[in-house]
Order: sequence, then C-alpha cells, then structure tokens
Amino acid sequence: MSTENSTATSATSKRESLFSKKNKRLLKDPLGDSNPITIQVLGICSALAITVQLQQAVIMSLSVLFVMIGGNLIVSMLRNLIPDRIRIIVQLVIIASLVIIVDEVLKAYLPDVSEKLSVFVGLIITNCIIMGRLEAFALANKPGPSVLDAIGNGLGYAWILLAVSVVREIFGSGAISMPGMGQVKFLPEGWFISAGGFYENNNLMILPPMALVVVGVIIWIQRSRNKALIES
Amino acid sequence: MTTTFFSQTLTAVKSVFRIFDMAINKNSTGYTFIFSILMVVIVGVALAFTSLTLKPLQKKNAADKQMIDILGAIQVITTRTNAKVDFPIYVVERVSLDSEGNVVDSKTGDISATDATDPFNLNVKKDYRSKKPASELIFPLYICEKGGDKIYVIPVVGSGLWGPIWGYIAIESDMHTIYGAKFDHKTETPGLGAEIREDFFTDKFRGKTLNEVNPFFNVLKGGSNTDTHSVDGITGGTITSKGVEEMVNRTLAIYLRYFEKQTNTSAK
Repeated sequence: MSTENSTATSATSKRESLFSKKNKRLLKDPLGDSNPITIQVLGICSALAITVQLQQAVIMSLSVLFVMIGGNLIVSMLRNLIPDRIRIIVQLVIIASLVIIVDEVLKAYLPDVSEKLSVFVGLIITNCIIMGRLEAFALANKPGPSVLDAIGNGLGYAWILLAVSVVREIFGSGAISMPGMGQVKFLPEGWFISAGGFYENNNLMILPPMALVVVGVIIWIQRSRNKALIES
Repeated sequence: MTTTFFSQTLTAVKSVFRIFDMAINKNSTGYTFIFSILMVVIVGVALAFTSLTLKPLQKKNAADKQMIDILGAIQVITTRTNAKVDFPIYVVERVSLDSEGNVVDSKTGDISATDATDPFNLNVKKDYRSKKPASELIFPLYICEKGGDKIYVIPVVGSGLWGPIWGYIAIESDMHTIYGAKFDHKTETPGLGAEIREDFFTDKFRGKTLNEVNPFFNVLKGGSNTDTHSVDGITGGTITSKGVEEMVNRTLAIYLRYFEKQTNTSAK
C-alpha cells in the first residue's frame, strides 16, 4: 500500500513539472508572440482557402490539431531512432498516414463532416506548420513538451483561422455557421437591397485576398501592442 | 502495484534502447535502409488495417448518401438514419437500361448490397471513368411514386473543373418536365463551382421543360428567365456549370430513347 502511495505522489510531481514555467511558455507563446500564422507566416495558404465559413475553419482547426499532436508525439518518441538523412521523408510519411487515418475515420463515423472536409485533407498534409514543428521541436524534445508544443501551435493556428472566418462570414454572407448547425443568417431579409432595404453583403470578403487583409489587420494590431515584434 | 510494474517496464525498455543506441551507427546506409523498410511495412499494415476495418461502414454511408440524393431529386428530405426506411416508400422500381433504351433488368423490393445486377448497385461513376462507348454500358433508372404521380429519377455523372461531379435529375410522368434535381461534386472550388450542390441552384431546375432536340437543356450565363429550357449558371463557376450542362444532355440522350419507347407502347 505504502509503496503504491509513494509512487503515485512521485508520478504527480513528475506530471506537475510538465507544466513548469518553461512548458507553459510552449503553450502560450504560439498564441501570441510566436504565432505560426501572424509571426512565422506559415500555413497562410490554408488560412486563405478555408476561412470563408466558420464551420469549415472549426473542422480544419480540429483536424490540424489532431494531426499535429499525433505527429509531434510519434516523432518525439522516435527521435533517437530516426536516421538524420531521411528524417524529412519519415516526417512526411507520419503526417500523411495520420491524415489518411483521420480521413478514413471521418468517412466511416462522421460522413457529413467528411464531405465538408474532403477538399481540405490534402491541405493538412502540406501545412507548413506541422512539418515546421516536427523539424524544429519534436525532433529534439521529449514527448511531453512536444505534445504541449503541438497543442500551443495548433491553438495559435486555430484562433487566427476562427477570427478571420468570423469576420469574413459576417460581412461576406451576413451569417454564422457552426458544424452540425448549418449556416444561420441573422440579418433580417428586409435589410437587403434586393428586398428594398439598405444593406448588401460585401462580396470581396468571400474572395481569398480579403483573408490576407484580415490577417494583415491582426498582424498590425499585434505589432502595435508589442513593439518588440517590429523588425528594424 | 500496477504503477510499479509500469515504471519497471519503462526502465527496462529504456535500457534496451540505450544499448541499441550505442551498438549501431544510425547514420549508416544499412540502418537507413532497414529503418525505411520497417517504416513502410508498419505504415502499410496500419493503413490497410484501418481501411479494411472501416470499409463496411463507409460502404453503408455511401449507400445511404445515394438514397438521400435520389430522394432529394424528388424533393423528399430525409436523414442518414431514415434513408433506408424512406427509400422503399417512394422508389417503387429500379430498372436498368441499355444504351438504346431497352429494359435489361428490373428490381423491386429490398436492395441487396451483394447483388451486382441490382440497378442500385451499378457504379455509374466507374462507368463514366472507364470511357467505354455507351453501347457497352448499362444505365440505372429509378421509378418513384409521390402523391400518386410517377417520377423518373436519372443518375448523371460528368466532369467539373477539378474533378468529378454527379447528381440526379427527376422527370415527371409526362417525360418532359423536370420535377427536381440534385447535384454534388468532389473537389469544385468552395463558393464558386461548389455551389451546384446548393438548393438555390437546383431549385431553378424545377418546372423547366426539356427541349425536343439536343441540347435538351442549357445552363446559361444569364438570361434564362424567359426560356423554359434553361437555367442560369453559377457566376465564377462557368466550367462547373458547363459540366452540369454536358452531363445532363449526354445522359438524357440515352434515357429519352427509353421514354420514347414508353410513349410508343402506351399509344398502341
């Protein structure tokens, strides 16, 4: 009994050290000062492509989060075994297999979500953030911190995506959509010019360039708040 | 007890790895080869296993989706869970035709997933990809009854901008008026070509009529309001719209031969 207790406490103390100051930064930094999209400018292509509707952004964020955590965990566990010369290929194989598994599972258990996601599965494999974190972090760190790093970067990617898609959907379609709820148009029909009103949706918002402008505005706000981020 | 056992195993595994680490040169060509071979085998087995175990569920989902789409063409909204129940209520007969419009086979009652001759199980997408001449192919037709009226549902398959597009066209018992349509796509551009699956596009097909000669139906760039044989295409999705037009006309050419034979026999 007593031995069990002592090992249990030592296990908790080990787990606590997982959330040390250094590890907390792994979670927090990618949300702000080292955000993968606004600071490192990675994963921009998917941020342009799938931020027309909020529900697509949610599904994409969740899938990327899953693939990142899985990829970082596996690569970090294998980090001492992977031969240096083929490490990029190994990382690609791991990411691609995870994405295929996600796709197959969605097709079997969530067919409706899978239909929405179909176009974007390929984009997850080519997402530079995932590859970047495997190469820059998971290859040199233990599984615990690697998973935290994956969660941090995944969420850092996710919040930008969600913010951009909310703006684009509200002003572009006058609606908000969530997975499982469909698109909810909240503006009264009478407001629109077609029905004799004064309002018109901004079609430019739906086109990809507007995503860049919105991301640009986020970068602007971020750098005006933290001057240290401005390059000389 | 279990925690102690677990930590002991972990230490043992770790020490094995440490010995392994020291014993071999990880940058040697031999190790690289062995590593990649092992990796490919493991990944291959894992993916094959996932694919095989999930296949039955995916097939069932695809069949449900097919039923939902067929019912969607005759304006019956159903869900994945209800599709199997609703389908036999409306679809009374499943017919397969040859390219001259002659009936090859006809099935009623339950759908058997293993029966390859069942028109429901004919793979029209595969037939389209095979690029075989129409004379070598078999075409499925669903005869539905809704509110006492006979409605014919025709599957259509074609190419959009990036990949395949497909759908169903429902023709009323006068064999001339479009009762409804339902389209879907694999990889068309979201917001542009992908809009063909939305109701605002398919609803425009309702009540339109087929032309006597080919092209039986047009998808135009505007100006369709006065024309009963055409609908407006999708702005920014011209190639997908043209794809819809092409697949509808190519497929109707075959099914109209069947309709012609039907009218002839009933006239006699």
